[in-house]
Amino acid sequence: MHFSGKVWKFGDNIDTDAIIPARYLNTSDPKELALHCMEDADPDFMKIMKPGDIIIGGENFGCGSSREHAPIAIKAAGISCVVAKSFARIFYRNSFNMGLPIFESRELFDNVAEGEEINIDSVKGIISISGKQKTFSINPIPPFMEQLIADGGLLKHIAKK
Amino acid sequence: MGNTITEKILMAHTKLKEIHPGQLINARVDIALGNDITAPIAIREFRAAGGKKVFNKNKVALVLDHFTPNKDINSAEQCKTVREFAMEHKIVHFYEGGQVGVEHALLPEKGIVLPGDLVIGADSHTCTYGALGAFATGVGSTDLAAAMLEGVLWFKVPQSIKFIIYGKIKKWVSGKDLILNIIGRIGVDGALYQSMEFTGETINKLPMADRFSMANMAIEAGAKNGIFAPDAITKEYIKSRAKRPYKFYASDADAVYSQIIEIDAGKLEPQVAFPHLPSNVKGVSKAGKVKIDQSLIGSCTNGRIEDLRVAAKILKKRKAAPHVRLIIAPATPLIYKQAMQEGLLEIFMKADAVISPPSCGACLGGHLGILASGERAVATTNRNFVGRMGHPKSEVYLVSPAVAAASAVLGRIASPEEL
Repeated sequence: MHFSGKVWKFGDNIDTDAIIPARYLNTSDPKELALHCMEDADPDFMKIMKPGDIIIGGENFGCGSSREHAPIAIKAAGISCVVAKSFARIFYRNSFNMGLPIFESRELFDNVAEGEEINIDSVKGIISISGKQKTFSINPIPPFMEQLIADGGLLKHIAKK
Repeated sequence: MGNTITEKILMAHTKLKEIHPGQLINARVDIALGNDITAPIAIREFRAAGGKKVFNKNKVALVLDHFTPNKDINSAEQCKTVREFAMEHKIVHFYEGGQVGVEHALLPEKGIVLPGDLVIGADSHTCTYGALGAFATGVGSTDLAAAMLEGVLWFKVPQSIKFIIYGKIKKWVSGKDLILNIIGRIGVDGALYQSMEFTGETINKLPMADRFSMANMAIEAGAKNGIFAPDAITKEYIKSRAKRPYKFYASDADAVYSQIIEIDAGKLEPQVAFPHLPSNVKGVSKAGKVKIDQSLIGSCTNGRIEDLRVAAKILKKRKAAPHVRLIIAPATPLIYKQAMQEGLLEIFMKADAVISPPSCGACLGGHLGILASGERAVATTNRNFVGRMGHPKSEVYLVSPAVAAASAVLGRIASPEEL
């Protein structure tokens, strides 16, 4: 997979209440959820982001609730993928299960500024910043998770078996 | 090389003869849980995958506890979706209306989850059942859909951190204070992807209610599960509740841990987690003058009868400060009834408390106790993230029932010792 997009930077411990506040969980409609994506981290986020943009997080991105509404909201908002130093366990699992591409890179966060464009080659496992020489490696995705993505998510993977 | 209790329970749910951390396994699920927020997505996925039948109608639990009593039309629709699915598939453990309680208080109370079980739930606080010596972990809705279809789910075997907790705890110090202190020490990702195993002389004497509070908040340190080796206290709790066989597991003496952390609990005072992370913890004596607008006693962390008894002891013949809205939410109908029979509800009403129906509503900022901008609440719940209980500019301070009750009376964060 290949992704190019403008970067929006968030800090450590971005929790699922910040990604999609519980007050909007009276629906599971992706379009409705997308309207409030990242609202409690940045109330203007949905006004300023463009489809294809990339979210960059620090440590423990997606901590808190098990709500799958969080990766659903990010995906439906048009964010192409999320890169973070580390991901909270359930968010990591949910993202693979429902098909939001996510990548771990400890180095990228400190070297990229908000608004810069980055390019991700998930096959080669490399991230570059447009106009800059330095590249950053992506932590390899475990083969099992790669299989999940290739099959189109957990339920399609099960159906294939 | 020996195994931890977590490794042993996981292995017992596979055909494997040995198991080690990092291994990917497919394991049988004893109970798969969903609620009115997470189950609708799971049901949609279940149907999209061509699901016609759940793997076992006795092993799926559907609990309508979050936005109930239905807070608005959309919430009512979500409940309707789950109810219709439960009827269609003749789900045995389906709860709503006057039978519903906060799921993680309700399932143990009814003996639906038992020691040695492997439990998954589309709710992050599913880890609560580790208090019974079960392996229990939160997952998303797609995982729930997969488990409802097949009764099997994939897991990565976690490493374990062993906590050895010793010392006699002081009056007014509870399991809630122990777990807040631990999260304060290791941070909100201190146990990321790992198991937290609670042991030691303090734990051996700790009542079930306190163990539930501790296991409940393992997720707040990023853990996959929290677990206690079942013992005589566990046995006493389940003997009248279990309606099927169960098994006690224990870690081997030579089990391998990624880390061993020792804590002298005898030195601890009641703890307070300041906004906006559960790891932002201080002793109550160091809280300073923090004026509050609301005090919430309830939730899957601290809405049990033991919690209400502690609160009643403090609130008896006292009143909430005039500027404080005191909300008490018994976690299940049985707890509500017990509180009524023991005279606790009368004490609460005389203290000017609002007694809420069993619901998760206020804890996650859904309904039944929302905060306005600039307002502050003490809450016996488990999360104090930005906007957790209402306006993004409101604040939540996590405390024990004793501190929540004392704070309600004094109108500021306070220790019961100050009364």
